[in-house]
Amino acid sequence: MDARTLPEPKEVWRWLDEVPDPEIPVISLTDLGIIRDVAWDGDTLVVAVTPTYSGCPATTVINLDIETALRSHGIEKLRLERRLSPPWTTDWISEAGREKLRAYGIAPPIDGTAADGRLMARASRLAGSNLAVACPRCGSTRTEKVSQFGSTPCKASYRCSDCLEPFDYFKCI
Amino acid sequence: MATAIPAVDPAAYFEWLLRMGDNTLILGHRVSEWCGHSPVLEEDIALANTALDLIGQTQFWLGLAGEIEGRGRTADNLAYLRDAAAFRNVLLVERPNGDFGKTLMRQFLFDAYHLEMLRALVSSSDPRVAEIAGKALKEVSYHFERSADLVIRLGDGTEESHRRMQKALDELWPYTGEMFLDDSADEAVAEAGIAPLPSALKAAWDKSVADVLVEATLVRPEGTYQHKGGKRGVHTEHLGYILADMQFLQRAYPNSVW
Repeated sequence: MDARTLPEPKEVWRWLDEVPDPEIPVISLTDLGIIRDVAWDGDTLVVAVTPTYSGCPATTVINLDIETALRSHGIEKLRLERRLSPPWTTDWISEAGREKLRAYGIAPPIDGTAADGRLMARASRLAGSNLAVACPRCGSTRTEKVSQFGSTPCKASYRCSDCLEPFDYFKCI
Repeated sequence: MATAIPAVDPAAYFEWLLRMGDNTLILGHRVSEWCGHSPVLEEDIALANTALDLIGQTQFWLGLAGEIEGRGRTADNLAYLRDAAAFRNVLLVERPNGDFGKTLMRQFLFDAYHLEMLRALVSSSDPRVAEIAGKALKEVSYHFERSADLVIRLGDGTEESHRRMQKALDELWPYTGEMFLDDSADEAVAEAGIAPLPSALKAAWDKSVADVLVEATLVRPEGTYQHKGGKRGVHTEHLGYILADMQFLQRAYPNSVW
């Protein structure tokens, strides 16, 4: 690949739209908002990736998937960079991604409900406020939190009080 | 990223980074011991996820420690190839798990400190520290909410759960003071604007712990005696057992990779 045929970053973004998240394969890495930048450094393609959680075990697989996808499109010189700042937030999950999560059975994050370490969630519960997570199956907002941690660090476990199904909630950070 | 590195004695900075990374490493390892043994499935998953976050943060802190040291040691080298006397975690995090209540009490006492530390580190003069703290802060906010919530539920729970939580608190309390002791390494990084003095976090910790203990109907212990030593490498016998478990593979089969 010589300089004249280097693909536009826009094109690379389109390729990355096709790379699924290894743990939630219905959404892509770009839906998830973890690809932070795509740029050329001379003839080397640099892709900046941010981890969702510090210890997310999918990180290595994600990097491997990105590399495999880009190589299959003919990219030879590639550098993946870890970017920690600004830290990943669920606000970066695309609208399309949220709909795909819901259709898959995972309630998407409700923005603005992240823990801030001041026991806000508890205070608001005690005050009777209910930032309801809607059941992704029946749509009911009569749901309850079973545990703040679910099948992966990014999710919490919930249960619907109407259809009685347990489900994952993609919690807000 | 262009990084303006604050002027600081690299030995003191390395020491301080080891303390950050060793606290999360040893607590993460301790918590991971629950995997497959917790009282209910949801708690098993929650503990494993907490451990995962802590180990992830360890990779960042020890990675930066290796960089500052400048001798080519990676986060893995530092985790797997140091002996107990080279570890700098506080004694609290190497306390044995005990029952579920004691594990949660240890987590809560540490989380309350960890949260205050990370909040301060977000405005560190070293952007590398600030970005790790910014990432970890989001995770630790969840850790604190969960551990505080469970301390309240178990403290203000049944007679048996209350009794166990009070016993855990009484046993662990003499290990909390070490988190707020300052020494020359702390002073050097504080001077450079990298981190707060540990003692500066004490008032906020006292308040957040006191608020939760009141709601949990638990009584803050009166005693003032505090164990110390972990921060300078003088550990209890428990750390040796943790390292024997954690480092076995790398010691028995040097340089093996995953």
